[in-house]
Amino acid sequence: MPRRKGAPEVNAGSMADIAFLLLIFFLVTTTIETDSGLDRMLPPIEPPTEEPPVIKEKNIFTVNINKNGQLLVEEKIMDIKNLREAAIAFLDNGGAAQGSPEYCNYCKGKRDITSSDNPNKAIISLKNDRETKYSTYITVQNELVGAYNDLRNREAQRLYNQDFVKMEAEYLNPETPKDTRDELKDKVRRIQELFPQKLSEAETSN
Amino acid sequence: MIRSKKKTKSLPAVSTASLPDIVFILLFFFMTVTVMKDTNLLVENTLPNAKEAAELKDRDGIIELRIGKPLKKYESKVGMEPQIQLEGKFIRVDELQGYVLDMLNQMPEHNRRKATVSLKVDKKVGMGIVSDVKTKLRAINLLKINYATLNGEGQSNL
Repeated sequence: MPRRKGAPEVNAGSMADIAFLLLIFFLVTTTIETDSGLDRMLPPIEPPTEEPPVIKEKNIFTVNINKNGQLLVEEKIMDIKNLREAAIAFLDNGGAAQGSPEYCNYCKGKRDITSSDNPNKAIISLKNDRETKYSTYITVQNELVGAYNDLRNREAQRLYNQDFVKMEAEYLNPETPKDTRDELKDKVRRIQELFPQKLSEAETSN
Repeated sequence: MIRSKKKTKSLPAVSTASLPDIVFILLFFFMTVTVMKDTNLLVENTLPNAKEAAELKDRDGIIELRIGKPLKKYESKVGMEPQIQLEGKFIRVDELQGYVLDMLNQMPEHNRRKATVSLKVDKKVGMGIVSDVKTKLRAINLLKINYATLNGEGQSNL
């Protein structure tokens, strides 16, 4: 009774080979994308009628990059390795006298009256040449963002025993549950207010 | 005695019956994580390194601009100077605003608010074209930008 046997079984021995081929194809074509980058906000174009605010010279930290990638920081040539330290010293200075409204009670800097009054007032001004290489620019940006992050981490450690960078990453992650995010929001805001990122970029010079 | 008896017998073959299953699991893993590149690179695009970079978690509302020197085969068409690439075609700086606003319009409403321009700039490019792009973006009030970088020591760029 050959009919009752039904269809003959398909040989599945080559299944592994086929799967291997596909696997190798996907292995080769896969590039696991992890996009990372430096987040920046561009300044809005200010209405022409508004007068620019008056800022004291000592509250501005100027960084100039020339087309050869050399740095001029506060009118002095500086190696890029020292930039972060210099920026931290400037931001954390807290030069305003004790008792004045601008006094900074969490600053741990030298309190040099010729440098910035308060982290709220301190502005880093970055200027670059049109021929400055992008890699140099990013390196400088990285160091400046690093300076802010170092200071914010220090404050976050002091207040919440956590790194600011971690807190912010968790806050920005859309997979974090909403109530955790709301709780983090206030903390992140508070730290950001202690050391606000004031990084101004001048129009590039030719 | 027992030992010598066993030695004479060859080892039983390991069953490979579950091999296809294992391979299939791996296959499915790679199939799900694979993102086929939707655009071909028209420009050189080696990103610089940065240590402080934050991961871009939210992929919604991102407009990707690549800037770099055109690849060899396009040099005859667009020249040697750095060019902007948006979704598989070259665009000029003065066309940028129109294209970006178009893309913004095509986005779902809730993504428009958090629209970010991801600048993927080749590390050898001069800042000139980058600042031109930034000025154009400022003019259309698209202020959130992200300089795409690779993870690494920043000093290694120099």
